[in-house]
Amino acid sequence: MRDILNGKLGRRAVLGAGLAGASMLAMPAVLRAQDKSLKVGVYGGFFKDSFDKNIFADFTKATGIAVESVAEPTGEAWLVQLEQAARAGAAPADVSMMSQVAILKGQANDLWAPLDAAKLPNSKNLIDRFINKYPDGRIAGIGAVSWYITLVTNTDVYKEAPTSWAALWDPANADKLGLLALVSNSFLLEVTAKTHLGGTNALDTDEGIIKALEKLAEVKPNVRLWYRDEAQFEQALKSGEIPMGQYYHDVTGLAAADGFPVRSTFPKEGGILDSGSWAVSRASKKTEEAHAFIDYMCQPAIQATLSRKVGTSPTVKRDLLDLTDKEFAAVSSDIEPIIPRYDLYQTKSDFLNQKWTEMIAG
Amino acid sequence: MRREPPQRLGDYGPLFFPAGMLTVFFVVPFATMIAVSFFQREQGGFYQPAFVLDNYARFLSLFFGRVLGFSLMLAIAVAIACVVIGIPFTYLLSRSKRKIQILWLVALLSILSLSEVMIGFAWSTLFSRTAGLTNLFVWLGLMTQPQALTPSFGAVMTAMTYQAFPYTVLVLYPALVRLDPTLTEAARTLGASPVKAFFTVVVPALRNTILATLIMVFIFALGSYLLPQLLGRPQHWTLSVLITDQAIYQSNMPFAAAMAVFLVLVTLALVGLALYAGRQKEAA
Repeated sequence: MRDILNGKLGRRAVLGAGLAGASMLAMPAVLRAQDKSLKVGVYGGFFKDSFDKNIFADFTKATGIAVESVAEPTGEAWLVQLEQAARAGAAPADVSMMSQVAILKGQANDLWAPLDAAKLPNSKNLIDRFINKYPDGRIAGIGAVSWYITLVTNTDVYKEAPTSWAALWDPANADKLGLLALVSNSFLLEVTAKTHLGGTNALDTDEGIIKALEKLAEVKPNVRLWYRDEAQFEQALKSGEIPMGQYYHDVTGLAAADGFPVRSTFPKEGGILDSGSWAVSRASKKTEEAHAFIDYMCQPAIQATLSRKVGTSPTVKRDLLDLTDKEFAAVSSDIEPIIPRYDLYQTKSDFLNQKWTEMIAG
Repeated sequence: MRREPPQRLGDYGPLFFPAGMLTVFFVVPFATMIAVSFFQREQGGFYQPAFVLDNYARFLSLFFGRVLGFSLMLAIAVAIACVVIGIPFTYLLSRSKRKIQILWLVALLSILSLSEVMIGFAWSTLFSRTAGLTNLFVWLGLMTQPQALTPSFGAVMTAMTYQAFPYTVLVLYPALVRLDPTLTEAARTLGASPVKAFFTVVVPALRNTILATLIMVFIFALGSYLLPQLLGRPQHWTLSVLITDQAIYQSNMPFAAAMAVFLVLVTLALVGLALYAGRQKEAA
């Protein structure tokens, strides 16, 4: 080693070459001489990595618009940053992937630049529910990705797959369930309403919500774990320690493919369909590029790529996709899904949180 | 060398650095937290600077009272468990051979390098039905079939005691090593059994150390929020868990801050009370 360092190739040269190499690798696609560019905010971690690898490079190739991807923090911190920046006339990202509750909260402050349907010809491919609209009909956001939370079981413990969310209430499943711990990410109120109260409209009133909570309280003896940490439940599900619960459809499918004794079932009431939408900050000056990007993402071929590579459920209609039945089933289902009541988490979040916490911890 | 009290401003120099750090990293954040706790929460938004008492009012309910009560009770129980196990353990340790002492201390110190997450996961595996300790009991013929020991209060207590135990020993160890062995010898010569000598001589001689240890473990345990989540049922969630929920998941900083301020105040009051009681007893 010492010989190499003292040899012709001096230490300084090695370091210099290393630095140059590293900076070339780190050089983002933006710097490739292009005048058109777009900053796109995506959830940091898995989503950003997958998008960087599978989507953005192809988009730049197809349109000549360079993408600089920005890792968004989770929770609502990003919404707050966008809002404060927009007040100052700046946009930390032109287009951002936002949760449905964040889209609604942004709408309340007119944060999202209205989108022009004429410039989004591909948006007609989308399933209607994936177009976010202001109350006056302007388009605030366009569905980016969606994913399912379903009823999952350990196949060693449950030879037969359950068919209904009603299994959560079955006294035979005492102390066997793992459920998400927060009202705003478990969507169990919606599940309760759809399974026992005739639909999520039952949650329109406070009385309806209380009724759903009372019904949901009946599952408490069956719940072994109210989890915040996904890894904890996933591991317990695989080992059979906690053999039933709610979990992400695609992740469970991957675990089953790896040979773990787990399965994901779409109950007859439907899986829970959660999603993220693209929205453009009103402070962004890249309106044209943003429309081009969102339109590009609405193509059936791109949605199919996302389903295959990222495991998300497509936002476009099924008959437009070239996914095989098996590929489609790996990420989605034809059973009508349970759509979370995002409006409640915007207008009644404190009430819901308080009642929920009292229900599970009381 | 005779120590003189500081005469000039310069003599206080060495104090500036810690004082500055304390200000920047403790006083300022804490003051910010107190300020935020009076801000106006905006549902569906974030918060606005204001002076409202709503956040404290929401906390003053039977539900949060129970959670606070449980958190304090849990922290006190962990502190007592640590001291009850820690004193005899450290006493025996301080009387054993040097080599054994070092071995134990290294092992205990290495627990400190484990994060709360690792401790939580390790115990949840040990307490599980499928891979846990009860399988060992079944194999030994002590039980008929393996059982899950988590989630339960016992699991939370065990893991938290495990986590705080090294600190307990590290605080008790110097005092016990320095304890004059002739004291116990005198007691033994006067006819006390080893157990009696331990309780009538060693324990009273260590009263202040024990009080300090109790307070330290109590405060340490009060901040725990991961272990109750991983190993407990929702009724075992501490106030710290609910504070995290509000701050991270509900974006309700004012309410989270109000709960945190309340927790700090109650803690300070309890510690003050313990110190006061200790002093009264000493005076008597």
